[in-house]
Amino acid sequence: MIPPRLHHLLDRVGRASIRSVEEFGFAASLFGEALWWLVMGRSRKQPVKLASVVNQAMEVGIAALPIITILSATIGLMLAIQGIYTLRTFGAESRVTLGIALSTVREFSPLITGILVAGRSGSALAARLGTMRINQEIDSLTVMGISPVRFLVVPPLVAMAVMMPLMTLWADLVSLFAAGVYVSSQLQTSLAAYGDELLTILRVNDFMHGLAKSSIFAALITIVGVVNGASVSGGAEGVGRMTTRSVVHAISAIIITDMVFAFMVTR
Amino acid sequence: MSAPSVEVRNLQTYYGTRHILKNVSVEVQAGEILVIMGGSGSGKTTLLNHLLGLLRPSSGTVRILGQDINAISPEDKQELRTKMGVAFQSGALFSSMTVGDNIALPLREHTDLDETTIGIVTRLKLEVVSLAGFEHLMPAELSGGMVKRAALARAIVMDPKLLFCDEPSAGLDPVVASSIDDLILRLRDAMGMSMVVVTHDLDSAFKIADRICVLDKGEVLALGTVDAIRSSPNERIQNLLNRRTEEAEIDPDAYLRRLMGIKEGEEDEPQGKPI
Repeated sequence: MIPPRLHHLLDRVGRASIRSVEEFGFAASLFGEALWWLVMGRSRKQPVKLASVVNQAMEVGIAALPIITILSATIGLMLAIQGIYTLRTFGAESRVTLGIALSTVREFSPLITGILVAGRSGSALAARLGTMRINQEIDSLTVMGISPVRFLVVPPLVAMAVMMPLMTLWADLVSLFAAGVYVSSQLQTSLAAYGDELLTILRVNDFMHGLAKSSIFAALITIVGVVNGASVSGGAEGVGRMTTRSVVHAISAIIITDMVFAFMVTR
Repeated sequence: MSAPSVEVRNLQTYYGTRHILKNVSVEVQAGEILVIMGGSGSGKTTLLNHLLGLLRPSSGTVRILGQDINAISPEDKQELRTKMGVAFQSGALFSSMTVGDNIALPLREHTDLDETTIGIVTRLKLEVVSLAGFEHLMPAELSGGMVKRAALARAIVMDPKLLFCDEPSAGLDPVVASSIDDLILRLRDAMGMSMVVVTHDLDSAFKIADRICVLDKGEVLALGTVDAIRSSPNERIQNLLNRRTEEAEIDPDAYLRRLMGIKEGEEDEPQGKPI
């Protein structure tokens, strides 16, 4: 006979596990359905409208450019400062460019872009879908014969998949430049020499490593936002709770995926 | 005689172990206004969601315009949905779009009409619901009655054969509520639509209904013309009509069990529908 306390605990663990498996399944089927509508929408007379994708791309990408620029410049400076400080212990300050270049392009740019977009656009997506859900706007789309997945999920998914790598590339450039300004002034070299050094260090492969990660992050952020938004129940408080949850989940997913990706690809 | 616009046969539905709809059968003839009445928790909204194909019944069939909405292919379902209009209780206007864009949305998505024609049709429908000139406002800038009328305009923009209205006059003052009732009657007469109206407002039910279906605890208590319902000898219907409260059941054991917090059976609330 199991004591009631243990029984209660097991019951809760079991229910929580089932819920999370269910959520994973929902996320996967949603992603599949979104791809299906993207490819097959036209044959069902429900093409994905370019205008709404562009709209989302402006919102996700262009509107985020100023803050991406500021943050990636800051990260570049920070790396340069810390790099020079650390290498000074060995008297190897001149080697700082290597560390800055690789860590920025392979890790920091995709991560900072991903975290920023998760906070800005992933949360907005969750809040928007959640509000639409409690206002019956999603039911209303369904009964009009408009697929909510095609209408609400595919445009942000495509927009993020296109904009995230571009934003990451922009973040690469800005942060390498900012680091270069600091390094050349501290080590009394020229910015051109720093640029030359970058060109010999960086391979296309390094850029691709970052860009590939950022497109995975794009899919993660969208799906996490949509799953949380679609699961909202219980009014305005529910929307708030699920929006918070979506940001936390998206950022955790990004960081964990980043590590797994690096582990799989780099070794 | 043409097939009924809506035909529900032996509909049963459960949320978990809770029996929500018990063997409901009802039909709506072409050009008829059927009012579904009932108190809170009587299953009105659940029945409506079944008619809209938003829920799947545990058993029984729902035929809309001659087609079984739970058995047809997705393409046919999409086609069928362009022939029915729905005005939700809250209006469910898309808050990110202007009133005009809201009403134009079904046209933009389902037809190849050019923007000029879409603009004309949109303004035409706004005229019908007396909201001319409001197409540039956002839904948040409208009053309650205007939201309901805008929702009606969106529901009829595709000239549907069948219109569903969920609580069209709930939460409105009597004058505005009455104007919405007039609007519903006008729409039926002008366009020959069949309508299903869910309401708990007695005055409006008696005014617009051809037939009334009274739901109670998931069962069809009565189904008949306005006069038949009014003169029904059934005590529960008379309670509903005369706004008398129900006599509480006298069962001290059940009362004690409730006070002790002992559940009579696990009840599952419906989970969020996937979008």
